[in-house]
Amino acid sequence: MPGFTDIINAIVLLLNFVFMPALSYGSQLALGALAVTLVYAVLKFANFAQGDTMAFSTVITILITWLLQKSGITLGFMPTALLALPFAIIACIIYVLLTDKFIYQYYRKQNSKPITIVMASVGVMFVTGGLVRFILGPTHHIFADGARFIITAREFKAMTGLAEGLAIKTSQFLTITIAILLVGFVFYFLQKTKTGKAMRAYADNKDLALLSGIDPDKVVRVTWMLVAVLTSIAGVLYGLDKGFMATSYNQLLLPMFAAVIVGGIGSPIGAIVGGFVISFSEAILTYAYKKFLIYLLPAVLQPDSLVQFLGTEYKFAISFVILVIVLLLRPTGIFKGKVI
Amino acid sequence: MSQYNKRVIVTFSIMFFLLLMVGLGQSWSLSLSILNLCLISAIMTLGVNIQWGYAGLFNVGIMGFTALGGLSAVLISKESISKAVTAGGMRMLVALSIFLLTIVLSIYIYKKFKNKWLVIATILAGYFITRYFYIEAAQSIEAINPAFSGYLGGLDLPVLLSWIVGGLLAAGAAWLIGKISLGLRTDYLAIATLGISEIIIAIIKNEDWLSRGVKNVTAIPRPVPYEIDLQQAVWVKEILAKLYAGSLHLLPVSEQATALKAHISDAAIVLVKLCYSGLFVAVLLLIIILAGLALDSPWGRMVRAIRDNEIAASAMGKNVKQRHLQIFVIGSAIAGVSGAMLVTYNGQFTPGSYIPLRYTFLIWVMVIVGGSGNNLGSVVGGFLIWFLWIEAEPVGFWLADLSTSFLDQGNFIRQHLLENAQYIRLIFMGAVLLVVMRFSPDGILPETNKKL
Amino acid sequence: MIKVNNLSKHFGGIKAVDNVNLHIKKGSITGLIGPNGAGKTTLFNLIAGLCKPTSGKIYLGGEDITGLDSHNLFHKGLLRTFQIAHPFPTLTVLENLMMVPGNQLGENIINSWIRRGQIRKQENNLQKKAEEVIKFLNILHLKNEKAGRLSGGQKKLLELARTMMVDAKVVLLDEVGAGVNRTLLRQIGDAILRLNQEHGYTFCMIEHDMDFISQNCVIQ
Repeated sequence: MPGFTDIINAIVLLLNFVFMPALSYGSQLALGALAVTLVYAVLKFANFAQGDTMAFSTVITILITWLLQKSGITLGFMPTALLALPFAIIACIIYVLLTDKFIYQYYRKQNSKPITIVMASVGVMFVTGGLVRFILGPTHHIFADGARFIITAREFKAMTGLAEGLAIKTSQFLTITIAILLVGFVFYFLQKTKTGKAMRAYADNKDLALLSGIDPDKVVRVTWMLVAVLTSIAGVLYGLDKGFMATSYNQLLLPMFAAVIVGGIGSPIGAIVGGFVISFSEAILTYAYKKFLIYLLPAVLQPDSLVQFLGTEYKFAISFVILVIVLLLRPTGIFKGKVI
Repeated sequence: MSQYNKRVIVTFSIMFFLLLMVGLGQSWSLSLSILNLCLISAIMTLGVNIQWGYAGLFNVGIMGFTALGGLSAVLISKESISKAVTAGGMRMLVALSIFLLTIVLSIYIYKKFKNKWLVIATILAGYFITRYFYIEAAQSIEAINPAFSGYLGGLDLPVLLSWIVGGLLAAGAAWLIGKISLGLRTDYLAIATLGISEIIIAIIKNEDWLSRGVKNVTAIPRPVPYEIDLQQAVWVKEILAKLYAGSLHLLPVSEQATALKAHISDAAIVLVKLCYSGLFVAVLLLIIILAGLALDSPWGRMVRAIRDNEIAASAMGKNVKQRHLQIFVIGSAIAGVSGAMLVTYNGQFTPGSYIPLRYTFLIWVMVIVGGSGNNLGSVVGGFLIWFLWIEAEPVGFWLADLSTSFLDQGNFIRQHLLENAQYIRLIFMGAVLLVVMRFSPDGILPETNKKL
Repeated sequence: MIKVNNLSKHFGGIKAVDNVNLHIKKGSITGLIGPNGAGKTTLFNLIAGLCKPTSGKIYLGGEDITGLDSHNLFHKGLLRTFQIAHPFPTLTVLENLMMVPGNQLGENIINSWIRRGQIRKQENNLQKKAEEVIKFLNILHLKNEKAGRLSGGQKKLLELARTMMVDAKVVLLDEVGAGVNRTLLRQIGDAILRLNQEHGYTFCMIEHDMDFISQNCVIQ
């Protein structure tokens, strides 16, 4: 029988290698998925440019961060990028409003088929992706500074006397707190403010909303602004955590879409829940449980192999498998989003 | 001559002219390379266009089918590695059979008994049994000479056969995928097909025992002669000696032999590429002819009716789902064939290069710009966009060079611009797509049947 | 011919069709009347396979056809026209008609490659039949027009024409007279009577035009 400390150690092991990373990545996905689902609900199309727009904001953040760092301005143990973030958000708002004005608006006015607008978003994806690579190149950039950990594994072990340590990275801490605040704000906005309610009405039944006197241009503008805020923050948080590389942002598109569909397309809470479903599935299914089982099982049953369900290379494939399964079995998603 | 026919002639002449320019200005080898890849792109585009133009299916998972085609080239034409087969072949077969059995059984149990727990139990049992056989098999296969093989090898058959097998393999996969996902709305279908193609590519990349994964398979057998053999062929030497007699005469005798040799090696490269071009054109023509025949028949009329109005077509007895599935399978099969052709041409299978998002959307640009629903449009789109994509890199570089020529070599801005100039082509391609979609959504060669 | 037992269709809380029992006699021209929103088109959609009933059964000539798809019902001889005409706009009138019959050799893609001679023969026969139908309905001059260009009334005629391309057992007509001028309406009425008397078609029609109903149907 495993001793009490063994059990605690096993739990801490999972917390450190599965729970915390999944929580952090899930929050980043959730914010991005929230942006996707808002565009889908209000503007009625799947925005394939989402990943690269996140990259765009992150690039702006990185450039301003470098500028600040060169001028000697930092934020102590917090990453300097946080200071740059507001400017990046403004830049992103301008960018998405411009793309809407010059590209998407035309198709809206024409009442084009959704697939046409999706293809247009593919064009925007190309342009934005090219822009991002043109500015920063294809390589990996680390722009997080300040303290790396809030609590290091060593400190934790010293505090608790356990064999396993639970480290909390600054980026993880930031991600989770900012995500909670932001999501709270978005829900407050959607439920309690006049504009938020107008957005929801417009998303629900466009014609009826217009008849009730809701200004469609304002709704569209506010939606894009909200999307820009979510996109920028999600992008920067992801970049602080994992570093910036243009291709990885583009690849986030699929887990985000998976999160949106799993949660129920068009449903904000679905997007958030979906984000965590995806991130936790990836973490749980690709973790090597060897050490965990060694803690819990008597010596006789302890495993030799890594005890991994799927190799880490399949991390991406997992969100797609979940996506495909959901599309087949329950296409409306967990929170019964828009019907197919 | 009708407006449309005039357009066709003009566009094809422009394409021919562009290739001619590259041949004269840069090199014939380059021009033929571009031509060959254009031909392959045109075939890929045709596959996608048939799905989109005739059934309105937005298939973003093209790369998966292309990869399956490439996989067949490996599995058909490479020699089999008997050591690996004896080491783990049987067990792998057992593992795969159990895997398939689990899936079939779970579906059957779900349909017959509707008991969720039974299905989950079956899946879990199947998973663990499969895993038991699979892990041992994979490890033993990959242990055989991992640096040079580490996989099961192929069937040692002619590589051209793989072009057909690739099509069949892709068709089979498309049938399965189509059965599952064709009921979905267009943009859901896009995401589902993208997801599935990512899964296929992930499997190919990671299952080393199958095709060496990201270690790549090289030296894939050819259907055309090797340059080295051509260089030593007597008839090649004689023809070139005659062709270049004039210019060789002008050189001092001591240099004539080396000059001739240079001509021969260039010619060998060009000849090989021409052989490929011949093969590719043959395949392209075959597909276009078959597609044309099908469209100009009651089958084509039925497909057009379904596209016009699915509900009415169904009321008039046409099985819309079956038709969509058929078209999905045909289009994907064509993509599979092009995948096999690509890997044959490159002589190697590099799973890491199948980046779904990038190349899939490039093909969609080809479809849209060329003219969706028009087979000739696909060819035009395939050519033009691939040409632009390839030439945009050196042109972008040249532009960056020109615009910063006043800055000195080590200048940071200049360095940066030169390094990243290649990404301008992404911006450019996106802009092309946006402009065409906005101002000429029917593409360069619009579909002839659509106008009222 | 058609028997409907306790048929219901619920959309969420709305009972569009509630426990309907209906018997359409073979060889009859039955009219289905009622105010807008009564659920007549929904009933047609249920019978014709466009949507699945929440409960109840539908029989065609004694055979249970509940829940079958519309393309299956077509092959059993159950045809329908649409309230808002659904022609195939980019196909010509002739093509609209020639596509209707099932089991065409040429609809198999492999045949379109290897049996073009036989297909041509079949096409000629089909074309002859289509031209007969077109003559019957007096729209010969529209033969090669794209169906999308026709007027509303002409589209309605086309709908009826399509049902004449095969040996239908029963045809459901959904407001075939809606938006059609007097003369054309009379043409349609004549055609329906002739099809019923000369070819044994059973008709069931939803109509708001009471004169049309009284001219063609017999009170049950």
